[in-house]
Amino acid sequence: MNPPLVKVRPVRDPLPAAQAETLKIDVEHLSFFYGDKRALEDISIKIQPNVVTAFIGPSGCGKSTFIRTLNRMNDIIPGARVEGRVCIDGEDIYRAGVDVVAVRRKVGMVFQKSNPFPKSIFENVAYGLRINNLTSNRSELAGRVEESLHQAALWDEVKDRLHESALALSGGQQQRLCIARALAVKPDILLMDEPASALDPIATQRIEELIYHLKVKFTIVIVTHNMQQAARVSDFTAFFWLGRLVEYERTDKMFTAPSEKLTEDYLTGRFG
Amino acid sequence: MTGTRTATPRKVLSALFVAGCALCVGLALVPLGFVLFFVVSQGVQSLNVDFFTHNPRPVGEPGGGMANAIVGTLILTGLAAAMAVPIGILSGVYLSEYRGSRFASAVRFAADTLNGVPSIVIGVFAYAVVVLPLRHFSTLAGGFALGIMMIPIITRTTEELLLLVPNALREGALALGATRARAVFTVIVPAALPGIITGVVLALARIAGETAPLLFTSFNNRFFSASLSQPISSITVQVFTYAISPYEDWHRQAWAGALVLVTIVLVCSMAARLAAARVASMRGR
Repeated sequence: MNPPLVKVRPVRDPLPAAQAETLKIDVEHLSFFYGDKRALEDISIKIQPNVVTAFIGPSGCGKSTFIRTLNRMNDIIPGARVEGRVCIDGEDIYRAGVDVVAVRRKVGMVFQKSNPFPKSIFENVAYGLRINNLTSNRSELAGRVEESLHQAALWDEVKDRLHESALALSGGQQQRLCIARALAVKPDILLMDEPASALDPIATQRIEELIYHLKVKFTIVIVTHNMQQAARVSDFTAFFWLGRLVEYERTDKMFTAPSEKLTEDYLTGRFG
Repeated sequence: MTGTRTATPRKVLSALFVAGCALCVGLALVPLGFVLFFVVSQGVQSLNVDFFTHNPRPVGEPGGGMANAIVGTLILTGLAAAMAVPIGILSGVYLSEYRGSRFASAVRFAADTLNGVPSIVIGVFAYAVVVLPLRHFSTLAGGFALGIMMIPIITRTTEELLLLVPNALREGALALGATRARAVFTVIVPAALPGIITGVVLALARIAGETAPLLFTSFNNRFFSASLSQPISSITVQVFTYAISPYEDWHRQAWAGALVLVTIVLVCSMAARLAAARVASMRGR
């Protein structure tokens, strides 16, 4: 069947109005271009602190592009251009004069494919601490590394081999190491771009449990292809389609009674 | 039945190709085998302790060795490396980081051209820019000439190896708040380091065997010298001098020198591979 046409209609805001001033992420009218090609069109979304928000949608719908605008990772792509505002804690990160390094420290990121550095487990977690001079001595550094590995539920598996190569870990362990590495610099927000798509079901389950525990301390945004995963881990879900945000709603509501026909069609597997 | 019958010509053809490949490999190895055989069989006869510990004797006096030339070759290649390794690696980093820019394409083209310039021309260049102003042959001029030869090799190897490092590592570093330079020097270059080490040592092995750029830069010296401003002996130039001489005794010395040179190059190459394997295994690859 032909994909249905997108209706341009303001996305209903699922947040109670009273909480608007405590927003963690506030995106207003964001458009993104790769050269002349518009990949994202007029996206506005408000995200509260300490919730998990899932971005879903078919391949090429712009969800990965969008998550990467939240820590300016798209800056490194030649010809990329952004319009609109992305406010983190009320400050527009695309304003002139903003320190990109500081933004990325505040907004951590875990990638689809685990990407541990070819260094030891310890050095992987210590990397962000070292380059940002976040610790003043060795024992503090070791403490932060241990704390981060605990947070990522990896400590017990690696505590006896911290100085062995990170590349010897299993895929699931490598991904949790990347999470520990991101947590070590104490970000406020954790962006996860399909963090479990390359993992087996058991490793995936561990990552999902981890997300559940981490939201107490962090605001989490996760891109996923897997709708069941979105339903399991997230509080809010945003559905993207052809570079637009079609619906943004509480996850329980979206999965039971979506307000857009397009969302319903996607969730029920009619296309995508 | 038809199936098995039609398969036969295909199998024959396949066997022919495999045999052809094996034959070509054999042919390619024949010259290498002969070179090694002659160098070893001729060189071993004249190798002795004196060869490593004594300087050359005047014509007609038997004995003597190439101690000064061995030390000279080490000093010359060391100088060349001191000059070419930093320049080569940093320009390799530049080429891989700014690979799309016009200037980078120009640099890449220049490096490839320099790589193809005959070594004698490099010698003439070093003669013009170092020997003439200083008014005499010197170790410095020889090291300079060899360094010029090394730069493009190291630059291009470094560039190629850095391009093999997955982009995911760069993104990982940037996402942790690394600046671009920080990401390059703390993650990307270390990830490519085993290969870069191999590349550097292979470049060293290659220039250690050069004669032409040294003929009128570091020239030759019958005596031991470690001075940068004086002419210095090198194994290659010494072998050349002895080999074209009319004296039987010098011919034997030339063979021994050739053997020592081949051994140094071989040991370097093996050391490079070992070092690279060590670095790689420390990372569990």
